[in-house]
Amino acid sequence: MFVYIVRRLAGMMVVMLIVAAVVFVIARVVPGDPAAVMLGASATPEDIAALRTRLGLDEPLLAQFLLYLGQIARFDLGDSIFLNRPVIQALAERSELTGLLTLMSVGIAVLIGVPVGILSAAKRGRWVDQTALGLAMLAASVPSFWIGLTLIKYLAVDLTWFPVAGYGAPDASLGERLRHLVLPAIALGIPNSALILRFTRTSMLDVLGDDYVRTARAKGLPPRVVVLKHALRNAMIPILTVIGLTAAVMIAGAIVTETVFGLPGVGNLIVSAVLRRDYPVIQGALLVVSAIYVLINLTVDLLYAVVDPRVRY
Amino acid sequence: MASLPAEQSAAPATSAAVAKHRSRSPFALLMRRLFRRPLVVVAFALLLAILAVAVVAPWATPYNPMKMDILGRLKPPSAAHWFGTDEFGRDVLSRVMLGARLSLLVGLLVVVVSTVLGTLMGLAAGYVRRLDGPVMRLTDALMAFPDILLAIAFMAALGPSLYNVVLALGIVYTPRVARVVRAAALVVREMPYVEAATALGATSPRIVFLHILPNLVSPILVQATFIFAYAILTEAALSFLGVGVPPTTPTWGNMIAGAQQYFQQADWLILFPGFAIVLTVLSLQIVGDGLRDALDPRLQKVT
Repeated sequence: MFVYIVRRLAGMMVVMLIVAAVVFVIARVVPGDPAAVMLGASATPEDIAALRTRLGLDEPLLAQFLLYLGQIARFDLGDSIFLNRPVIQALAERSELTGLLTLMSVGIAVLIGVPVGILSAAKRGRWVDQTALGLAMLAASVPSFWIGLTLIKYLAVDLTWFPVAGYGAPDASLGERLRHLVLPAIALGIPNSALILRFTRTSMLDVLGDDYVRTARAKGLPPRVVVLKHALRNAMIPILTVIGLTAAVMIAGAIVTETVFGLPGVGNLIVSAVLRRDYPVIQGALLVVSAIYVLINLTVDLLYAVVDPRVRY
Repeated sequence: MASLPAEQSAAPATSAAVAKHRSRSPFALLMRRLFRRPLVVVAFALLLAILAVAVVAPWATPYNPMKMDILGRLKPPSAAHWFGTDEFGRDVLSRVMLGARLSLLVGLLVVVVSTVLGTLMGLAAGYVRRLDGPVMRLTDALMAFPDILLAIAFMAALGPSLYNVVLALGIVYTPRVARVVRAAALVVREMPYVEAATALGATSPRIVFLHILPNLVSPILVQATFIFAYAILTEAALSFLGVGVPPTTPTWGNMIAGAQQYFQQADWLILFPGFAIVLTVLSLQIVGDGLRDALDPRLQKVT
């Protein structure tokens, strides 16, 4: 187990190193002088020269990259040009909202996807199954921002069940803030529930065909027990993988959802950074999000051993 | 060289047999299995219809999609304007039709870019052992970013334009193709006929492009269908965020983005472009699913 973790961590470092290189390259392919682009048309040549020096743009490329790696190793993601603050601080300030939103969306996606997926597998081929599969495909075809806008129009504006946008007053209670996140979480959760549903169904079908399930049925156990106790436990591994994957995808999906609902989270920070060409923020956000993405995948792999004692690394 | 004329003269005699054999080619079998399901037929017909609208849009829209009419702005759907009018009094139906052209164009170009790049990368990794490690680590790293985030980052660097969206999304979806092609190439590489070709002294490019690649067409086709669907969804999201196609170009995503100030009173502004996206993506996914099932009969039984 220990050797496995070390090996996986080493593999992760290699991937992150390439990720850092990709992030580094993206900021360098900007047409023209990044310093001039960032400061805009009104900048004086002196300002541009000063920023070039501050960003280390006058060094050779390889030296710049090594410098960049050194900074990352010290958890220094540079300073935001526009916000005049360390990038890591700006990200941290906004991570609560995005974290809550992602958790709620994962919750909604799992609450829809797993039970319906199990039901679908148990009733395979019947109308329940057909309907569930059809709805899953429909859910996967709808842009989450469009779901968000329609929810705002009908549930928030017309029926006034939920706040239209925003995150409440700065001193709002946690409950009040969570209320602001209900519609965004639904908008983000629904498209992602489709993948979980389909994986749960396939994984359950694989297991339901096994001999031990037939034995359990033959013993006269009620179908509920066979499906939920015997089959589900063994079907859990692929389901866990896909839940981890969706969680990671939703962090990125939050970018769009936060824009729809005017939520001041990490996604909102990234979009404004792109519009203002605030490259250190874009780079930092890319690195952090992909690191979380890779970490979630690792955690899921390690969880296998907990769920299924037969798995030994 | 002496054997060449003999081969040529033999060709006409066998052509009838070849034609008969072709009707049972793997591709024809695939198509027959694909269109056995009514839902796939419906989805495919819908796609053709949307494609037809996209092709004839510049000449077939009921109104000029760019013509403003300030007096007739934000009018709900009516007999004159089936989908209503937008904040400048432009006909929404005409703009949705033109949007089909632009959104499908982006999707198709993304498919071309990612399929060509991904196939080359996948073949290199699957056939040349020494390249396998490096190429796969690169795809791992590219896939360590969620689609939309990587696309946003590229757009931040490249600046908003339709062709930059194509380039950014093309790069984002390349690893998906590369992985599928590599996995399939690894299998095909060990086939006896590839060994035979090698023994006959065929050059590596000849083996890769003439003997291996034709056997990978089906899995590539499945991936291409799904990438087409994802590209339309992601393009819409990028344009919605304001980092995609410039807002003056009426793609479906831009139409929804432009309606953000007005949709609370005029929901037809977001409903119709939204339906267009959902219908197109749904049809693509049904066809893609059908293709995948038709390719793998074992899967068909399970799903």
